[in-house]
Amino acid sequence: MNLALADIRHKLGRFVLTCLGLGLLMAVALSMVGIYQGVVTEALALSRSLRADLWVVESGTRGPFAESSRIPGDVREMVARLPGVAAAGAITLRTAEAQAPQGTIRVQVIGYEPGRPGGPSAIATGRGLGATRFEIVADARSGLPLGATLLLGRYRYHVVGTTRGLVASGGDPLIFMQLRDSQDLQFRLAPAAARRAIAANAGSGGTDTVNAIIAQLHPDADPALVAETARRWKHLAALTDQQQSDLLTLSVVNRARVQLGMFTVVLLFVSAVIIALIIYTMTMDKLREIATLKLIGAPDSTIVGLVLQQALLLGGMAYVAAVAIVFSARDVFPRAVVLGPGEVAVMAGVIAVICLLGSLVSIRAALRIEPQQALGG
Amino acid sequence: MAGPLVQVEKLSKTFGAGETAVRALAEVDLVVEAGEVVGLKGPSGSGKSTLLNLIACIQEPTAGRLSIGGETVWDGQWRVPDLRRLRRERIGFIFQSHNLLPFLNAIDNVALAMTLDGVDRSAARQRAGALLDYLQVGKRASAMPARLSGGEAQRVAIARALVNRPQVILADEPTAALDSERARVVMDLLRQVARDQQAAILVVTHDEKIFDRFDRMVALRDGRIEQQQRSAA
Repeated sequence: MNLALADIRHKLGRFVLTCLGLGLLMAVALSMVGIYQGVVTEALALSRSLRADLWVVESGTRGPFAESSRIPGDVREMVARLPGVAAAGAITLRTAEAQAPQGTIRVQVIGYEPGRPGGPSAIATGRGLGATRFEIVADARSGLPLGATLLLGRYRYHVVGTTRGLVASGGDPLIFMQLRDSQDLQFRLAPAAARRAIAANAGSGGTDTVNAIIAQLHPDADPALVAETARRWKHLAALTDQQQSDLLTLSVVNRARVQLGMFTVVLLFVSAVIIALIIYTMTMDKLREIATLKLIGAPDSTIVGLVLQQALLLGGMAYVAAVAIVFSARDVFPRAVVLGPGEVAVMAGVIAVICLLGSLVSIRAALRIEPQQALGG
Repeated sequence: MAGPLVQVEKLSKTFGAGETAVRALAEVDLVVEAGEVVGLKGPSGSGKSTLLNLIACIQEPTAGRLSIGGETVWDGQWRVPDLRRLRRERIGFIFQSHNLLPFLNAIDNVALAMTLDGVDRSAARQRAGALLDYLQVGKRASAMPARLSGGEAQRVAIARALVNRPQVILADEPTAALDSERARVVMDLLRQVARDQQAAILVVTHDEKIFDRFDRMVALRDGRIEQQQRSAA
């Protein structure tokens, strides 16, 4: 006969409410783990979606994400001719505030040449960009439906396709447009400013500038070797995709990552204290029953089993509730909450360890209960 | 009568040491035979509960000798390696407020003492059911303790005390929470158990209404036996 289960059945409502409360707390801790993973995933989402093996940027910079980078657009031709390069594409990147039908939204605008590297890896609805200008492909996170119009700078763009899960390291949804459009948006001066520049003999402002050239290599090409070749041009720097990924996670989002990590640790510590207190209270509520069990000859293993099984059941049920809460609510979060089987399993292990440690105090207290405490008067 | 099942010789218990020492029990001699129901009375602080705790092996005596079922349990040190096993197998307890586990129904409360001893649950429940029937509370076997009347709960507690066929039954004011009629019924049950199972029963009580239900009354005062009197019944 399982005493732990019998006691839980006897106080089922109270136990379920306790599990739900604890589940909410664990859900917060689990969300933090998901947000932590989400920050890393989002930081890499853009670079991964572009499927670049090599990033060629302005010399002396670690662009285009960690630092600003501007290079001439014709560098693309030079990079495309490098040994080992299968395809190269010029891209621009710019964070912008845009007027969407639902209001002002913040987006990351990517300009690329359709047919060359730099576009979205997959289209969820609609179609990709063609030859027509002033068209965009928007990520679903922007809230822009197919056919919607977006006012960006001085121009209006029409949504012809959507993607899913493509955001910048700051969580802003990606908007893809033709390179020419993005260069106009980014580098062309407003008419009055252009007139002033011409009058000052500074030209009208050339627009064939890009932020980076991305290259896809042949399968047998060594990215480090191709990067080294690109660096020989004095005005260029080159990073492999691995270097770019490291830069994004260890530099660009590092502070946010550490902050979230520390907050997760604090939450787990608070959870541990609360779990220990709940288990202790549950045990002390049964002081007379435990004393009676000892008096009628129950061995210590029965008492330890009672406390331990209830602690693990409490933790297990609360964790199931936490997983259900997080998975049903994660789409409501403004930033990605990424939880795979690995994270869920590791967190389950952490909760089990917390429950085991939390029950140690209660087990010690239960074993110190004297059998004569069962005798009244 | 098969012989003494509880034998207490010059048993003493002192709490604390030095100037603050309190002698709760002083060289008490007591014998309870098989089939005998002995009452233990005395004012508060007279040592009744201490004597019961010592016989129950939940407190260690300071001096003297204690035997249960003919086996020396304590004579300056514990002679039994596993006291909980001793309690489980040889001693049954009946409490003032029945102390049934609130999360087990009546039959499982009774069967529990057997399953703690490694007996299969269905066999334990079978014996528990038979005992509940014997104590005329079999119809309430599936009821939770909170749903039992005071008398029913005390019968279930008696069944739990009997389920492992103990040689000794210790009862701490088992009728304190019952009215006169139910108190007498419980005492008659204990007498019947003592007779049927040849168990030695020691009952701490203040309840004068049931004094005539004992084979012998032992009066304690200031930790010593003041008087032993055989019942006229």
